[in-house]
Amino acid sequence: MDRRTLLAGAAAVPFLPRFAVAQPARARTLRFVPHANLAVLDPIWTTAYITRNFGMMVHDCLFGIDADFEPKPQLAEGIAFEDGGRVATITLRADIRFHDNEPVLAKDAVASLKRWQKRSPMGQYLDTLTEELVALDDRRLRYRLKRPFAMLTAALGAINAPLPFIMPERLASTDPFQQIREVVGAGPYRFVANEFNSGSMVVFERSASYQPTPAAGQGLLAGPKVAHFDRVEWHIIVDAATAAAAVQAGEVDWVENPPPELFPLLRRNRQVKVEPLNPLPLSGILRFNHLQPPFTDKRIRQAFLPAVDQRDAMIAVVGTDSDLFKTDVGVFTPGTPLADDVGLEPLKGPRSVERARQLLREAGYANQPIRLLAPTDIATPAALSQVAGDMFRRIGVNLDMVMMDWGTAVQRRASREPLDRGGWSALCTAFDAFDFLNPAAHFPLRANGAGAWFGWPEVSRLEALRDQWFEAPDLPAQQRIAREIQQVALDEVVYVPLGSYIQLTALRRNIEDRVVGPPIFWNIKRG
Amino acid sequence: MFAYTVRRVLATIPVMAIVALFVFSLLYIAPGDPAAVIAGDQATPDDVERIRASLGLDRPFLVRFGEWVFRILQGDMGVSIFTNLPVTTMIQQRIEPTLSLMVLTVCLAVSVAIPLGVLAAWKQGTIIDRAVMGMAVLGFSVPVFVVGYVLAYIFALELDWLPVQGYTSMTEGFWPWLENLILPAIALGGVYIALIARITRATMLEVLSQDYIRTARAKGAGQRSILFLHALKNAAVPIVTVVGIGVALLIGGAVVTESVFAIPGLGRLTVDAILRRDYPVIQGVVLLFSFVYVLVNLAIDLLYTLFDPRIRY
Repeated sequence: MDRRTLLAGAAAVPFLPRFAVAQPARARTLRFVPHANLAVLDPIWTTAYITRNFGMMVHDCLFGIDADFEPKPQLAEGIAFEDGGRVATITLRADIRFHDNEPVLAKDAVASLKRWQKRSPMGQYLDTLTEELVALDDRRLRYRLKRPFAMLTAALGAINAPLPFIMPERLASTDPFQQIREVVGAGPYRFVANEFNSGSMVVFERSASYQPTPAAGQGLLAGPKVAHFDRVEWHIIVDAATAAAAVQAGEVDWVENPPPELFPLLRRNRQVKVEPLNPLPLSGILRFNHLQPPFTDKRIRQAFLPAVDQRDAMIAVVGTDSDLFKTDVGVFTPGTPLADDVGLEPLKGPRSVERARQLLREAGYANQPIRLLAPTDIATPAALSQVAGDMFRRIGVNLDMVMMDWGTAVQRRASREPLDRGGWSALCTAFDAFDFLNPAAHFPLRANGAGAWFGWPEVSRLEALRDQWFEAPDLPAQQRIAREIQQVALDEVVYVPLGSYIQLTALRRNIEDRVVGPPIFWNIKRG
Repeated sequence: MFAYTVRRVLATIPVMAIVALFVFSLLYIAPGDPAAVIAGDQATPDDVERIRASLGLDRPFLVRFGEWVFRILQGDMGVSIFTNLPVTTMIQQRIEPTLSLMVLTVCLAVSVAIPLGVLAAWKQGTIIDRAVMGMAVLGFSVPVFVVGYVLAYIFALELDWLPVQGYTSMTEGFWPWLENLILPAIALGGVYIALIARITRATMLEVLSQDYIRTARAKGAGQRSILFLHALKNAAVPIVTVVGIGVALLIGGAVVTESVFAIPGLGRLTVDAILRRDYPVIQGVVLLFSFVYVLVNLAIDLLYTLFDPRIRY
């Protein structure tokens, strides 16, 4: 052996463990960059999407909706209705276990559902209907309702945060406004607590005790959930350019949410594919504060509609590729059963700032200040706020556009005070496709005054329609009520829809069979 | 000397107390609400209120401050509002990457900047001097994140020599540890190198014009001996001072560098905590940084006695 060979061999020694030993382990590991840092581990305590996604990894529900929004059994084996639908008995699958190897019992499901029913909008409605929710034995739990509720299984399988995850009773009996400190789930992956480093890394391992449901179903939360990876690592990379570089270099397999400006760069790399994360689009909104003038006046809220251009807003969010956004969007997610174009006339057709000015004059706008809360550090609300600010300026209103970080914005939007005491007039944000599927989970559509989402509209007709929707016996009835809801919501300008957009995701080309929707880690595998 | 050191260590107590009061007050009056961040975008105002109450954030300033000080005196920095983990645990998780990055950067900067500064002073007015000073201006002018992106593009994406991002603990091997830190250390060290090189050059020029240097030359001392034994040692005090001041620069720069290279260090922890208003974490990290800075300054003061025997405490 000559000197050069010896030196080259010696120089390669530090690399050996990485290539010779670590490589197979790397192949069995999926490395994912989520859209945000995971800080809170209790998916009932917070409605943050990142915690919902975490919950879907480690927890499971009794039911799960499929790609057609039909609920299918997951931890449940089945459900039997009696007494005209007032009594529902849910039977759990045999031999399902939590990650601590304890069996999943009916008492666990009861405690979990009771906690969820205090926090979820759908759950809260179910709570008002529930006379009794008890465990009959280890495998059976029973709902006794005040009246039949056709959407019971849909509610128990919903994908809107917070999901009705089943946890051990000892944890689920925690106050719903207190954070659970321990993670014990019954889902396909087990959370590895000792490797958790918030802001850096979240680690999951395939749960040895998890048995996929034998029930049929495909897409979203339904059907057998097969974990193909031994280990899933969430690498928290806050810098989008770094995350994009990491997926190009093969250091990670999947970046959930690269920003639009990086799409061309990622598409140029042959090892990376860029595709819609979810075929259903997210929705942007402009919310007025109904408690503060001038937006206490319905005519003034309506006056802005001729100037609202959904196309402008969507281009600001995802760029000019018209395949990535939809305009003429109402209050429900386009492409879902309740979406309709009824009542959209003020938002369609040629846009006119002059018409908006005229309507404002006629409505008696007296140059009151309009304070737009404009976060700068979260891309979509920042882009929507810029477009809204520009619209307000072009109309010529007395605009006070306040730039701030998201942490400040979420505090200030909670203020019901007048503007001279720190209040606000308008804000922009965006919601996940599943939040706008139906009136149950649709936060900005609530119009129950002080109990409503920030902006606090009060429209009794809208609330009555929502209640009617819950009672609707079938889809055609739901659709009829949903159309009326949209008409009333747009007439009252509960909020202004700013269009819908598709979120793209970037994966290494050898990652296959991803379940479309939010980031879901079962069934996905390395080709 | 011992008495001086003890006095200086004791003097850190009131300094830390002032920092603690300042940080706590600043966070109290700063806008933002962790309860609103926790609750998420879909939560109602009532949900936010109930979470705020459950976290004790609705209690008066003095009560919260008193509790916090009481805990700090017992060595307890509190628990993160979000993760429920003790702040000390979170700091322990993050201290190694930051310490590694800073130590490597200081080593790199000192080993590059001082020879460059000496060289520039020795070759004053030549193309070498101009080149070194030109690089120093560049180091000051180009932001850390730009240097970081350019380095990552060239050495990670194009040449595939080094990883784009991440951190590997030294317990997993020296090379895996080093390869993740080379680019961040160069990016972070740019300003630091520029600062030390300029100060070294300026101080060396002053020292090289002193009479005793001329005497040394007249006695036939070699150039290397003049530069490194006679001149550099006498120029060391201002250089060491700048190295110490530069630690503050590094702490600030580490925040950006750790974000660009996805290094899970204290800088990232601080930014994350600020963005979501995780008060106990912010307070803990700022106190730690202040303590480190006070200690570094003490170490610099003590080092003066090594380089200049005339200095006595």
